[in-house]
Amino acid sequence: MHALVHPWTLGFMQRALLELLLVGIVGGVLGCWIVLYELSYSAESLAHSLFPGLVLAALLGFPLVLGGALGVVAAALSVALASRASGIDRDTAVAIVITSLFGLGVLIALAPASPPGLETLLFGDLLGVTGSDLATAAGLAGAVLLGVALLYRQLLAVGFDRGSARALGARPLFVDLSLLALIAAATLIAVRGLGNLLVVAVLVAPAATARLLGRRLLTTMALGVAVAAACSVGGLYLSYYASTAGGASVAGLLVVVYMSVRLVRR
Amino acid sequence: MTVLLRVDGLAAGYGGPPAIEDVSFELQAGERVGVLGPNGGGKSTLFRVLLGELEPSRGSISGDTRFGFVPQTERSRLDYPVSALDVALMGTLSRLPWWRFTGRAERRRARDALRRVGLADLADARFGELSGGQRQRVLVARALVQDAPVLLLDEPFTGVDRPSAELLESVLAELAGEGCGVLIATHDLDQALAWDEVLCLNRRMVAFGRPEETLTRAVLEQTYGGAVVALPGEGEAVGILPAHHHQHDDEGG
Repeated sequence: MHALVHPWTLGFMQRALLELLLVGIVGGVLGCWIVLYELSYSAESLAHSLFPGLVLAALLGFPLVLGGALGVVAAALSVALASRASGIDRDTAVAIVITSLFGLGVLIALAPASPPGLETLLFGDLLGVTGSDLATAAGLAGAVLLGVALLYRQLLAVGFDRGSARALGARPLFVDLSLLALIAAATLIAVRGLGNLLVVAVLVAPAATARLLGRRLLTTMALGVAVAAACSVGGLYLSYYASTAGGASVAGLLVVVYMSVRLVRR
Repeated sequence: MTVLLRVDGLAAGYGGPPAIEDVSFELQAGERVGVLGPNGGGKSTLFRVLLGELEPSRGSISGDTRFGFVPQTERSRLDYPVSALDVALMGTLSRLPWWRFTGRAERRRARDALRRVGLADLADARFGELSGGQRQRVLVARALVQDAPVLLLDEPFTGVDRPSAELLESVLAELAGEGCGVLIATHDLDQALAWDEVLCLNRRMVAFGRPEETLTRAVLEQTYGGAVVALPGEGEAVGILPAHHHQHDDEGG
């Protein structure tokens, strides 16, 4: 019993767990829409594309949220411009822009002249989460959940039948753009703890697992949150006792759970 | 009689030659109008223009343009984790401000609409697990929740089992009785004969009027491109069915 309780007597472990729970709640809820809208790859692209914005914000001492927001806008404009260049299809344009931006971010972050510590933006620093990180994450998580709640009816109608959604009074373009904005915000919540590389794991895997189990949307969302929370606790135990990287342990566990559920449900 | 909808000299298309032109008709309160024509004849295009999804290139639409819409059921996703009630509740989108959540009143309306189409017991069933006819009835319930004066139904009887079709027919008759205007795209001439008016479309409006006067052999030949056969034992004017549905290249019906 002592071994189970011991990690949670430490402040950094408590903060890591709280951070992961916030990320898990957002991931479970928003992730359902990412999976239903088949936006998993877009979510990954979006997360990587705002990386240079994060790095620059960290370098110049701006809030990460601001850097991330500017990064997303820059990425969207670049994709739009690249798609207009002749001879490049949209898919290729996205791939080129995202890898260029991500590469640029990594280049700056790992440059010898850059102060040490920027690589945590890439891999996360779960055990280094501070109280103010948590406050920011909680604020953003609240905003994302409110956004999903307000959009809920439109998200449902557009995803169900995009063609007739307008006739029902929904606005598909508005819904799509709002969903991308919410994904960008969720990325910012998760980047501190999990890093830019692993963010997508928690935005997609819990919901993908829940989708195999849930029959109704609200159940699926709740299951997604439960899976994320359980894997967070499990991943932190693993990290604590096996000295593995925190974010990677959680992400790995999420994948293992997804695969197991898939096998069992077959 | 109150005119709910007046369409005058309407033409619309997708950039190339018009998909429909010269469409003029009036929809009165309490009328059921069958919209007839081959696949690609412009039935869906007409609906898209009425719904505001496609700008007309000529002509005008006036009257009350709040429509309840019943799309073809195969367009909805069957793997979607929603119940029949969830789908019916989508009909409240246009009635509630965007920031409002659906409450008890909306839920009651949706359940009433499902009861009306004979699905009270299946309100909590998963939409994707219902039969084709039941799914179509859910979409009709959703349009009822929209509570619009005019209902547009895009081939609601296609692929629908007999009990569902009969139930739909009686719901449509009831709605007309309550003063609703109903436009129904259909392939079934026999059904349209029982309605108040027919609108024959084959890229242009061929005819509009009462079915028993309008559905002559000449009109049907123009509508379906000459491929009509007389049913044995029937007269010249009625009982003529298209031999098959023609495929055109621009749109799917």
